[in-house]
Amino acid sequence: MAAQPRSRRESWRLVFLIFPSLFWLVFFFLVPLLFVFAISFGQRGTYGGVEWNLTLENYARFFDPLYLRIFGRTVIIALATTVICLLTGYPLAYFIATRPPRWRNGLVLLLMIPFWTNFLVRTYAWLLLLRDAGLVNMFWTGGLHSVMAQAAAAVPLPIWDPLLQATSAPLPLFGTSGAIIVGLVYAWLPDMVLPCYAAIERLDYSLVEAAQDLYANRLKSFTRVILPLTMPGVVAGSVLVFIPSLGAYVTPDLLGGAKSVMIGNVIYAQFMSARDHPFGSAISFVLMTVMLVGTLIYFRAGTE
Amino acid sequence: MPEHAVQLTQVSKHFGSVVAVDEVSLSIRDGEFFSLLGPSGCGKTTTLRLIAGFELPTRGDIYIGAHLQGETPAYHRPVNTVFQNYALFPHMTIFQNVAFGLEMRRVSKGEVQQSVRQALDMVRLPGIENRKPDQLSGGQQQRVALARALVNRPKVLLLDEPLGALDLKLRKAMQLELKALQHRVGITFVYVTHDQEEALTMSDRIAVMNEGRVLQVGTPEDIYDRPLNRFVADFIGETNFLPGQVKAGRGGDTVVLVDGVLPIHVTAERTVGMNEEVTIAIRPEKISVSAEPTDSRAVPGVVEEVVYTGTDTRYLVRLTDQTIATVRQQNVGARATVSFPIGTRVYLHWQPESARLLTA
Repeated sequence: MAAQPRSRRESWRLVFLIFPSLFWLVFFFLVPLLFVFAISFGQRGTYGGVEWNLTLENYARFFDPLYLRIFGRTVIIALATTVICLLTGYPLAYFIATRPPRWRNGLVLLLMIPFWTNFLVRTYAWLLLLRDAGLVNMFWTGGLHSVMAQAAAAVPLPIWDPLLQATSAPLPLFGTSGAIIVGLVYAWLPDMVLPCYAAIERLDYSLVEAAQDLYANRLKSFTRVILPLTMPGVVAGSVLVFIPSLGAYVTPDLLGGAKSVMIGNVIYAQFMSARDHPFGSAISFVLMTVMLVGTLIYFRAGTE
Repeated sequence: MPEHAVQLTQVSKHFGSVVAVDEVSLSIRDGEFFSLLGPSGCGKTTTLRLIAGFELPTRGDIYIGAHLQGETPAYHRPVNTVFQNYALFPHMTIFQNVAFGLEMRRVSKGEVQQSVRQALDMVRLPGIENRKPDQLSGGQQQRVALARALVNRPKVLLLDEPLGALDLKLRKAMQLELKALQHRVGITFVYVTHDQEEALTMSDRIAVMNEGRVLQVGTPEDIYDRPLNRFVADFIGETNFLPGQVKAGRGGDTVVLVDGVLPIHVTAERTVGMNEEVTIAIRPEKISVSAEPTDSRAVPGVVEEVVYTGTDTRYLVRLTDQTIATVRQQNVGARATVSFPIGTRVYLHWQPESARLLTA
């Protein structure tokens, strides 16, 4: 029997169903993106507007060593964040996925609860922990230092001198790339855990038993069977962590201080303080291209 | 006495408050095709998993060869398993699947090549090395799973309902093939199944399990012809059960009065007491039907139903005590004729030794 031609009514229904998402994509994604793309070829007006004389100057400016260095640091921070999230998130996901089913949803919920708090507030909390007068350094230069001083007074030994020296000044935590990475890992860890959890939970455990039956110890069963079969989760999680880390703005702004700047802060500065919209747009486009190419390569490598 | 390939002594496995395996003792001989047979949930798969090392016993000892296994992990046990769903690694080619065990034991590359090819030849699937499991049919996957286990030359091969997912025709063919393969390689097979016909066809010996316990261990003939208890008689094949009281004889030729009205002769293999409550078990195919009583032991009845099944005709006969007995007569003549129509008065008789006397 020949397939019946789709009725007119059915076609309308399809249009009706697709319309909301299509509308959203076109007007809130595609059109603004084209705006940004067009602006990236303009020039900054004297009073901060855009002058429409077609130029590649903005893209050329990006290759200034100053911006390249910031961009390089951004990529390294984003990669470090992704790797740390993977190394901590995968075991956590494995732990949750191997609990009895009635426990799992509760554990996933526990993972999500911190995210009911505003992102800005959570990042600000890290600032309170890490800054020179923060909680960590209060313990370091206060509690720990005075305990050591008392111990040194009671039992004078030469080893106390370097320890007292070290605890006399606050640890340089705040305003470093390290602080940014801590903040980013904290922010994006669930985005790593959830796809990994989904992949591990779906894994047919009899395959792991088959590996062990065929003389593979725990490590070998992991590297040869569990990891390759949960790779889609690892790839998805990595992309979900890497992309927002690469474009991070709030976290480096709060935790990076003046010294550690990421490319997101540069873009912000171009739009908000330098009022150079064309250059800001050009950097945004370079960043998007890098993300797109990187993600495509990663997906291809991960699924093969 | 031949060395035992596997020995279980009073092995129990508890999952929380559930007793999956209850004080099971088994001695599986070297080179034997041994089946664990029982309904689902009887503990047969758990017993297999205990031997494989996927579970550790709550109590009791498991020996493989002469070695006590204790808490030896699965990857150190000289056994391999064919899983119910085959559990082929979907991300590896067939070659990589079959080579996996050899690779883990660091067998040289050349030897791996050769062994994998031999193993695939053995299961009659040459030349599929580069395919992925999802490109094979169920039957082919089953053979690959078999090759992947046998290539390691295990001391014991454990098979967990390996034919369960195949269609009937393929299953019948694979039964014979597995049996032939086992003869050829000479490896001890421990085979888990809930299909009694499969167990009878393939096994050297069978352990019938129910509710975590082993009820009887024996050859297919033992299990079928000399069931020790009602569960085994009922689970294996079809059986007529006639409850009654012993009225004459204390062993040997015994007369049991079924329902107080119907005297039946059986051969008891043990001493029975007068008036002891017993059950007589008799297979439908051991009974013959005739229009006239052949001797004084013949049991009268009336044909209630006639079912023609091609090779056989089955009669449901109502006896004088109102129980219904099933009788199976093979259709040997050139034409299938229903010789006893419904309502006919008939006489059933059987050799006294064909009937089994079971405790009620």
